[in-house]
Amino acid sequence: MKEEVLKKRFNVEIRKSGCGQDFAYCRKEDLLEIAGCLKNDLKFAFLIDLTCVDYKGYPGRETMPRFEMVYHFYAHDTRERMTLKVPVEETSPNIDSLTPLWRAADWYEREVYDMYGIHFTGHKDLRRILMYEEFKGHPLRKDYPLKARQPRIPHED
Amino acid sequence: MGLETVFGNSFLTSRVDAAVNWARKYSFFQYPFVTACCGMEFMSVWASTYDIARFGAEFPRFSPRQADVLFVVGTVNEKLAPALRRVYDQMAEPKWVVSFGVCATSGGFYDNYATVQGIDKIIPVDVYIPGCPPRPQAVLDALIKLQEKVDRETVLKYKGLK
Amino acid sequence: MDLLERIQKIAGNNMVETAPDGRVVLNMGPSHPAMHGIVRIYLELDGEKVVNSDVEIGYLHRGFEKTCETVNYNQVVPYTDRLNYVSPFINNVGYALAVEKLMGIDTPERCSYIRVIMSEISRITDHLTCIGANAMELGAFTVYFYLINAREELYKLSDSVAGGRITPNYTRVGGLAKDLPEGFEQDAEAVLLKLEKNLSDSEKLLSRNRIFYDRLKDTGKITREEAISYSFTGPMLRACGVDYDVRKDSPYLVYDRFNFEIPICEDCDNYARYLVRIEEIKQSVSIIRQALKQLPKGPISNESYGVSLPPKEQVYSNIEALMAHFKLTFEGPKPPRGEVYFPVEGGNGELGFYIVSDGTHRPWRVRVRPPCFPLTSALSRLIKGGYVADIIATFGQLNMIGGELER
Repeated sequence: MKEEVLKKRFNVEIRKSGCGQDFAYCRKEDLLEIAGCLKNDLKFAFLIDLTCVDYKGYPGRETMPRFEMVYHFYAHDTRERMTLKVPVEETSPNIDSLTPLWRAADWYEREVYDMYGIHFTGHKDLRRILMYEEFKGHPLRKDYPLKARQPRIPHED
Repeated sequence: MGLETVFGNSFLTSRVDAAVNWARKYSFFQYPFVTACCGMEFMSVWASTYDIARFGAEFPRFSPRQADVLFVVGTVNEKLAPALRRVYDQMAEPKWVVSFGVCATSGGFYDNYATVQGIDKIIPVDVYIPGCPPRPQAVLDALIKLQEKVDRETVLKYKGLK
Repeated sequence: MDLLERIQKIAGNNMVETAPDGRVVLNMGPSHPAMHGIVRIYLELDGEKVVNSDVEIGYLHRGFEKTCETVNYNQVVPYTDRLNYVSPFINNVGYALAVEKLMGIDTPERCSYIRVIMSEISRITDHLTCIGANAMELGAFTVYFYLINAREELYKLSDSVAGGRITPNYTRVGGLAKDLPEGFEQDAEAVLLKLEKNLSDSEKLLSRNRIFYDRLKDTGKITREEAISYSFTGPMLRACGVDYDVRKDSPYLVYDRFNFEIPICEDCDNYARYLVRIEEIKQSVSIIRQALKQLPKGPISNESYGVSLPPKEQVYSNIEALMAHFKLTFEGPKPPRGEVYFPVEGGNGELGFYIVSDGTHRPWRVRVRPPCFPLTSALSRLIKGGYVADIIATFGQLNMIGGELER
């Protein structure tokens, strides 16, 4: 049902993941509208999770956008789950914020900003959440070295 | 304490040592700097089954200025490091530090951008407890080790700030 | 944000600053006696009332997600122990189920039953710790000892099963590390009886205790709509009258074979959360008893060579088994390319694992949907307008677990 509505109204493509789960793909320009439709018309009241994946170096994806935002929604009335994926280019790492629709988006988006450096247009308080302000770089990006520490106070051996 | 400067390195000083150390080692006021998983075992040690009170160290002081032993329980990351250093600096002499669990001791299996590879990079440590998390018995053993260490100290020499 | 500017004015050394309008900016944490966890709360106070606040987290961020990308699928399991360290088995099980779904493999029935039993034991330890610590912070010391002693018995039980009290590292992709020890049924029953006694004693001490009741009733209130907007799950959401529980809504393992209730409460305050947790412990006890009764015999791991280690006799007598042993030891299981999201019901709510695989033996991305992340994001909202003392009650019932919150 939800697939038909989304396909009819928006430019959404539904692909099967490796293990049979449906993942809907959309353009980032349509995100706010689709999210609004999911929340208000299709009763997906919960924004269960919001995260990002860095595909730099993923085999077979060399020409595709580097980042993909992943949104998981849940409708308690119909017990349905829904995953929305939105590609984000490395050259313009920004996307609309979902904070006007869900309060939960506030911290989730701050975490993605902190870990991946993606800017959320319309987020009122976008600052680092897990790392500290002085920290340079975004640790979960594939090009950030695992052991590159940035101590706040000097370490002694 | 003042007295030792008068007595110097003599018989009287060693008697003062014995008395002072005896008092100190059975009345630790601990400051639990609890961060992570080890805190669960710390709760177990503290509760009645293992009962750390038998060793005179049951009473936590949550002000570092009133504590003698700093228990660093769990992982310390770069963001938290300045807070730990500051808690340590606020403690009055004499003070001891127990590193509780492998994360505090060496970073454990968290060897990445976020974690400090052992709190001894930030503050001096007296006793290390291995284990992830240590069993309560190991904690009690460490406490006895610390008591033995305190027993060997002399009022003539303070460790001083590092 | 007005508050942040004020905080920035405080040069970092002064704890308290009084503003011209008589309001006080107070720093709470990151190491604070009444907070079992390291968060920092900046408070703007008008007398004793919280006008505004800002919650800062990240003091236990230890790079779980990044580290998982560098180890193989089975090596992730010990890291999951330390996510929600109060209910480690649930994390183990959730992760294993997600990878199994990605690989499209099944596990034997006995394995599913054991996973259910251990998950419920974990749920009980989680709720016991939450209520015990909360009660202690509000002054009810005896209850803390009762509940922690009950938890101690459960730890001994998990020690006998997995060889670890808090960090069991018990599941593997496609099965379990080892079978239940002999006489587990009797031991479990003895522990459950003791737990029930301690729990009913604690309930008598707490539920109608004037001080405890007054400090929890009508504090930390939030409306049902706001709770959904904040994406609450678990006991916090059920205390707002929404009967969402992953075990019932999208049953995994063998949860559909047991008879249990999802307790809900409509009051949306801390006392409702306490009542929901107490009732959930009782339901978990009932699930464990039913599972022990139904527990089938049989293997505990998927016996395909690509998933779990073949038995030693075959390794020494059969070249295929030897090769499988070699490959599994050095590389581990290899799920096909793809991605999966798998939710389970954790101690604090929906615990989801989102895993992306690129077809190699290392995960490309492991994301955990931490149940207490959205809960803690609402902390500012929950304490707004209340007294400073209410923060302790609210924070205790929020049951923030650093390892899971900041990973």
